[in-house]
Amino acid sequence: MTDLGVDLRVLTPQVLGALVRRGADFAAAEDAVQEALIEALRHWPETRPDNPRAWLIRVAGRKLVDAQRSAYARERRELRVQLEPEPGPSEQDDDTLLLLSRCCHPALTPASAIALTLRAVGGLTTAQIAEAFLVPEATMAQRITRAKRTVSGERFDRAGEVGAVLRVLYLVFNEGFTGTVDLADEAIRLTRQLSAATDDPEVDGLLALMLLHHARRRARRTPSGALVPLAEQDRALWDTALIAEGVRVLQAALARDALGEYQAQAAIAALHDDAASAAETDWPQILEWYDELLRLAPSPVVALNRAVAVGEVDGPLAGLRQVEGLPEDLPRRDAVAAWLHERAGDREEAARRYARAAERATNTAERDHLTRQASRLHTGG
Amino acid sequence: MAVSAPEENIMAKYLLLKHYRGDHAIAKDDLVPMDQWTPEEVTAHIDFMRQVSAELRERGEFVDEQALSPEGTFVRYDGEGRPPVTDGPFAETKDLIAGWMVIDVDSQERAFEAAARLSSAPGPGGTPIHEWIEVRPFYGELPVVTE
Repeated sequence: MTDLGVDLRVLTPQVLGALVRRGADFAAAEDAVQEALIEALRHWPETRPDNPRAWLIRVAGRKLVDAQRSAYARERRELRVQLEPEPGPSEQDDDTLLLLSRCCHPALTPASAIALTLRAVGGLTTAQIAEAFLVPEATMAQRITRAKRTVSGERFDRAGEVGAVLRVLYLVFNEGFTGTVDLADEAIRLTRQLSAATDDPEVDGLLALMLLHHARRRARRTPSGALVPLAEQDRALWDTALIAEGVRVLQAALARDALGEYQAQAAIAALHDDAASAAETDWPQILEWYDELLRLAPSPVVALNRAVAVGEVDGPLAGLRQVEGLPEDLPRRDAVAAWLHERAGDREEAARRYARAAERATNTAERDHLTRQASRLHTGG
Repeated sequence: MAVSAPEENIMAKYLLLKHYRGDHAIAKDDLVPMDQWTPEEVTAHIDFMRQVSAELRERGEFVDEQALSPEGTFVRYDGEGRPPVTDGPFAETKDLIAGWMVIDVDSQERAFEAAARLSSAPGPGGTPIHEWIEVRPFYGELPVVTE
């Protein structure tokens, strides 16, 4: 696509958004945009339009009308709307949010919302999305079709809740890198687009959170793929440019004095990123942010994270007292307890809890890491 | 110490294992072996399995399905330069894996629902055979956000 001198993936959601805003059915508009992109690939190498976006909207609009006409011929129904778009002022910023909030509609399951977002806004192919989630292409195609059907019924000319969109982007980011498509990169790209289109400090909070975590990605695993915990990461591998940008975005968001959970999470990430070594981490300030986060978005997982900070600030026994009050089946409760027990000097209990945590791990990277921790303690390492 | 952020898992893969002759092979002791069903009953059973698979495809949850040949052999390493040791074949093992389906679903509850649907496949007289299906979660991916 790059040889056309323009990123079609950036234009795709803008064109789709423009059609949807004009009242087009979502699924039909998506098909029309795909056809317009094929036309672009065919014609642009010879004649580049002056305004690629307007060209795509015009062609997609025609395709939509054509499709509706043939549907009309088949079903002998009246054409409801004339969709040939008129030239007008740029609405592309609003359209990005409009499109994202449609793809992240609360009626969709997170998995459906993610698939639809990556397809319709991210401009990824169904095959790429299928590969990222390790399912057959036909399965992903079906998931996307069903998602489109779900959101297709209602007209959509107003943006919905930003919160639902942020949650979906966060989940995409957290999927990380599984196949040829880097979902973390993709989530950052989409969040940047949303940040440019909206005026909400939580959007920037999420963007900062992503950048500050993404900065550590090279240090997170050994070359053979083993997990490296934050405290043991080689901080020279951290991406200082991304950290600087993340901090800048976060500070601008915080200055607007409308705190939210993503800003609080980003602040915690920033404090970790800011420490030259694990020993220099500003745990008292991190603990304050966890208190804030617990107030903004109370959950046992946040409480468990906070227990780690309590362990650092007030000692491992204080941390363990926090863990004791949390639900038994909470993921990673044993891993945190094990770590605190070891700090408190109880190696036997720590080994036992590491082993139990390994049994309950939901991914092999963590399972292997926890197993190594248990074996280290058992063998006196 | 790293802990992960909330709700890291969106979709999870589950293995639905079909066993034959294990402790949980079938619910009814008196179930007649399939080769003694009427041809119509056999066809109805197979059509049902195909239907369940089609439903899972339609829902966007299908990943894979395979049936296994009943005869297997145990094989192990026997030292450098020596041929592998084999044992078997075991056509009459206590617990035989007949086949599997892999699904990608948004909850364990949904995985159980799909397994129960498979287990409702019709047998003699068109009534469900209530076969046990073993449901095993796959390991997922390590989430990015870890504190």
